[in-house]
Amino acid sequence: MSQINCKNVCLGYDGNVIVSNLNFRVDCGSYLCMIGENGTGKSTLIKTLLKLKAPLSGEITLGDGLKEKEIGYLPQQTMVQRDFPASVEEIVISGCLNKCALRPFYNKAEKQLVRDNMEKLGILHLAGRCYRELSGGQQQRVLLARALCATTKLLVLDEPASGIDSKAQAEMYELIHKLNTEGKITVIMVSHDLSAALKYATHILHVSREPLYFGTKDGYLASDVGRIFTAGEEKNDGNA
Amino acid sequence: MAMLDKLSMYMQYPFVRYALITGVLIALCSSLFGATLVLKRFSFIGDGLSHVAFGAMAIAAVVGVTNDMLIILTITVLSAVGLLSLGQHAGIKGDAAVAMISVSSLAFGYMLLNMFSASGNVSGDVCTSLFGSTSILTLSGADVIICIVLSITVVVLFGLFYNKIFAVTFDETFARATGIHARLYNLLVAVIIAVIIVLAMNLVGSLLISALIIFPALSAMRVFKSFRSVILCSAVSSVICAAMGILISVLAGTPVGSTIVAADAVVFILFSLVGLLIRKKK
Repeated sequence: MSQINCKNVCLGYDGNVIVSNLNFRVDCGSYLCMIGENGTGKSTLIKTLLKLKAPLSGEITLGDGLKEKEIGYLPQQTMVQRDFPASVEEIVISGCLNKCALRPFYNKAEKQLVRDNMEKLGILHLAGRCYRELSGGQQQRVLLARALCATTKLLVLDEPASGIDSKAQAEMYELIHKLNTEGKITVIMVSHDLSAALKYATHILHVSREPLYFGTKDGYLASDVGRIFTAGEEKNDGNA
Repeated sequence: MAMLDKLSMYMQYPFVRYALITGVLIALCSSLFGATLVLKRFSFIGDGLSHVAFGAMAIAAVVGVTNDMLIILTITVLSAVGLLSLGQHAGIKGDAAVAMISVSSLAFGYMLLNMFSASGNVSGDVCTSLFGSTSILTLSGADVIICIVLSITVVVLFGLFYNKIFAVTFDETFARATGIHARLYNLLVAVIIAVIIVLAMNLVGSLLISALIIFPALSAMRVFKSFRSVILCSAVSSVICAAMGILISVLAGTPVGSTIVAADAVVFILFSLVGLLIRKKK
């Protein structure tokens, strides 16, 4: 059974449709990469998966024991966060809030979970440091650790490698890959980085006005859309 | 020594003790939520609400009810809720809406007081409620008890919801994705701010309240780097400034509200310098 099942979903704002007829499913342990040009509704789709927005029509169902609150989300950074006085530990532990319900404070198990996740992502030594003084790559790891505290099943990543240098980007993708294969966590990622998508993803969802492709990566590379899009990307790389 | 003698002499008067107790409590409450307001870019809401509270006070004075606190509190809390929802569905942009509401409250408030006030000294009354010049020294025992109860409520609420308030302040989208009712907490913060503003009107007057809320947080953020230390530092510095301000004003005969705010401003400058030094050292 799939963790997420998306049936005939239309997305948009104020009645204006951005994407229509989205149909896809995400199985446990898979790595789905969403690609497509800017403004094609990738971020909107993510917000809809997280129930922050309602779809215009269609339905999204969660299955396989996945609950709404158990999705780990890595959002794009906001302006507020860039000069926010907070220590790394304070931010990571806020990922445990979905376990608290009405309990006002964190318990021992949650504090241990925070340390484990920071260790897993190699940021344990930064625990007491101020978030705004970290490098872009370190900041993304902090937010990823927070997402891991919220879930053991599904990570939703919105441009996890944007705004960081290429070495840190590569490390970030490796880390996500490791979480997916060794940690058995399902990954849904929005990315502009086609080469990374093609390297790590098991499935591809190519979104435009209407969904152009959904299926496995190999199927995508063989499809018409995939051939055109990836060829264009290579040409762009050549020019740059 | 002469100064200490003078102080201990003043301390024998209940009104000075009342002023100190309420002043310190109000300063504590207002500083707790300062960081959240500043970081969420909600500072202007505090400013707007204080003007609304002035308008509400004018209405209360004109209607001539015995307990004007209740009317002022109701109107200000309702406005807080209104301003917050205006900010969310931006028909009129949030900051413009606040500016509009705050100047109209000031204008209507002053007009009402001029037209209907029974008091002989209208401009004196207005000056008092804008700058809080003497009202803190005329508090009754009942006022002090109300203030103590409300302050304890505010501090307890802040303690209970500290982690949630942090999450909603740092990253509202993530908080909502993990099932936190961010709107509810925004509302809670707005209502508490309204309560604090009404409380603080007695202390510093409605024009200077924002300073009481925002200065301690801004000072703390110059130097401290974790949310918890910022909150603790702003609480401590706010309490010290309020106590110092009240004592100085009693000794030197300066207006209470502006002395406290001046102390806050001096502390802000000191903290900025310390912050600069720390950064240079690195």
